[in-house]
Amino acid sequence: MPRWRVLAVFLLPALLLYSVFMIYPLVSALDYSFFKWRGIRQMGFAGLDNYRDLLSIYPYDQQLWRAFAHNALFFVGTMVIQNTVGLLFALLLFQYGRGRRFLQAAFTTPYLVDPLVVGYLWSLLLNPTFGPVNALLEAVGLDSWALPWLGDTRTALPIVILVNAWQWVGFPMLLFSAALAGIPAEYHEAARVDGASAWQAFRRVTLPLLTPAIGVVSVLTFIGNFNAFGLVYAMAGSTGSPAGSTDVLGLLFYRVAFVEGGVEAIGRSSALAVLMFVFIFGVSLLATSYFRRRERRLV
Amino acid sequence: MTSARRAPGRVAVHLLLWGYAVVALLPLVVMLFNSLRPTSEIFTAPLGLPTSPTLDSYLRVWTDASFSTYFLNSLIVTCGAVLLGTVVSALAAYPLARYDFFGNRVLGAYFLAGLMLPIRLGLVPIFYLMDSMGLIDSLLGLTLLYAASGVPFCIFVLSAFYRSLPGELDEAARLDGAGEFRIFGQIMLPLVRPALASVMLFQFVPLWHEFLYPLVLLRSDEKFTIPRGLSQFFGEYTTDWSALFAGLVLATAPLFVLFVLATKQIIAGLTAGMSK
Repeated sequence: MPRWRVLAVFLLPALLLYSVFMIYPLVSALDYSFFKWRGIRQMGFAGLDNYRDLLSIYPYDQQLWRAFAHNALFFVGTMVIQNTVGLLFALLLFQYGRGRRFLQAAFTTPYLVDPLVVGYLWSLLLNPTFGPVNALLEAVGLDSWALPWLGDTRTALPIVILVNAWQWVGFPMLLFSAALAGIPAEYHEAARVDGASAWQAFRRVTLPLLTPAIGVVSVLTFIGNFNAFGLVYAMAGSTGSPAGSTDVLGLLFYRVAFVEGGVEAIGRSSALAVLMFVFIFGVSLLATSYFRRRERRLV
Repeated sequence: MTSARRAPGRVAVHLLLWGYAVVALLPLVVMLFNSLRPTSEIFTAPLGLPTSPTLDSYLRVWTDASFSTYFLNSLIVTCGAVLLGTVVSALAAYPLARYDFFGNRVLGAYFLAGLMLPIRLGLVPIFYLMDSMGLIDSLLGLTLLYAASGVPFCIFVLSAFYRSLPGELDEAARLDGAGEFRIFGQIMLPLVRPALASVMLFQFVPLWHEFLYPLVLLRSDEKFTIPRGLSQFFGEYTTDWSALFAGLVLATAPLFVLFVLATKQIIAGLTAGMSK
């Protein structure tokens, strides 16, 4: 059998599958965003019109920035809560005796559950009338805290952030634990011999050595948060209720593409997809190179 | 450090860690317990224990709410996609890793580019692509799409494994007159089996959870996967809380079982790769 036939048998199935169902749609999304659309008919080249419309036409001009701001808050909130708690638990568990493995497993369990299931579960738990959370608060005398958490525009987004952190906290904890285990014990001894307090040793020795782990966690959290869909959909529906107070870019993209985009849906939603991709990809690259540089300064 | 810490501090650490373990697990325990209690009981005492546990709600969810169908569909789509994606990748990664041919590097980079591209970016074109092929509301369409999404990752991992196998293996076989496909099937493939297992497991979890694509591509109840079915079910059974909790348990249980069964396999797969 000629060599090229052997190669074809090995390579063609994957090449075909991957090109048709991944590369072609991804390239098309870029292509679609530069055309004017009427339903599913292309009406000619539009340049950057779809992008301009997204930024200037009602309701997108308002919804896009609002969703973006919510994603940014979602990211910052998750980073602060999940990573502080994850780091704290990793430090406390580092020299913890019996029960360490059980605790690690317990903290990581929610991470195995589908985000959609997590969202639906918490929407039941937080139900103002029959939800166990408010029942618990009332049982311990905190009646004034038994609020309609997901029904109030001021509390809905913070609650979504907390639930997301509840699901993911095991992930930074595991990564930080692994990084802590990799720091040579002599470093801590040297710091102690030099008369450093526990806090100084942490601040000057441990924390800088955790930079690679912090970098990985930050970038992955960023990508995950800006792509969030299932969790928010389950807790707040496709409109990010109440009153759009939990609307994020993933939901907005879905609505523009399939729910309320009208005849211009294809062009505008493709433009939004491209904008989201460029932003997420660009920031991830910048952050990765920033953390690489900090790492290099360590060695 | 621990021995030097004062006693009250140690108590605080224990309290914090075990207290958070309760926070992490209690919601899941409540989910399980409430799925075993009738709705009237849940409404009067949201935090009660299942004093007389019943599986009625599971029966309702499994048959009336057609979870059995969703379950089967999820199984078909996920397993089909994982198998197809792994098979085509195992084939393609082999020449990329071990043959020297014109365009090898370019082709390798073309496949790896997929690791950095979010497949959701192509949601709208995929919808119209599927539409033009008659694959809207079809399990086959979803399977092909899922399989394609796993290809970059599989090729990335598997070609590293193929590359780590010693070159004398295929040279000796070639001298003995074995054909290329026999060398691949009888020598190479068995040697990367641990990697195949972990690659399959890593594809399984995100595909089992995928929600946006089924939401957009599936239309009829008898085609729904579990996440898509769950979102339908939460709209219809709003007052039957016992059934809602049971549905959540049914959606979660398979992955827990898989993880308990597969943890050993994952570790074996990862360490097998390291020792070579």
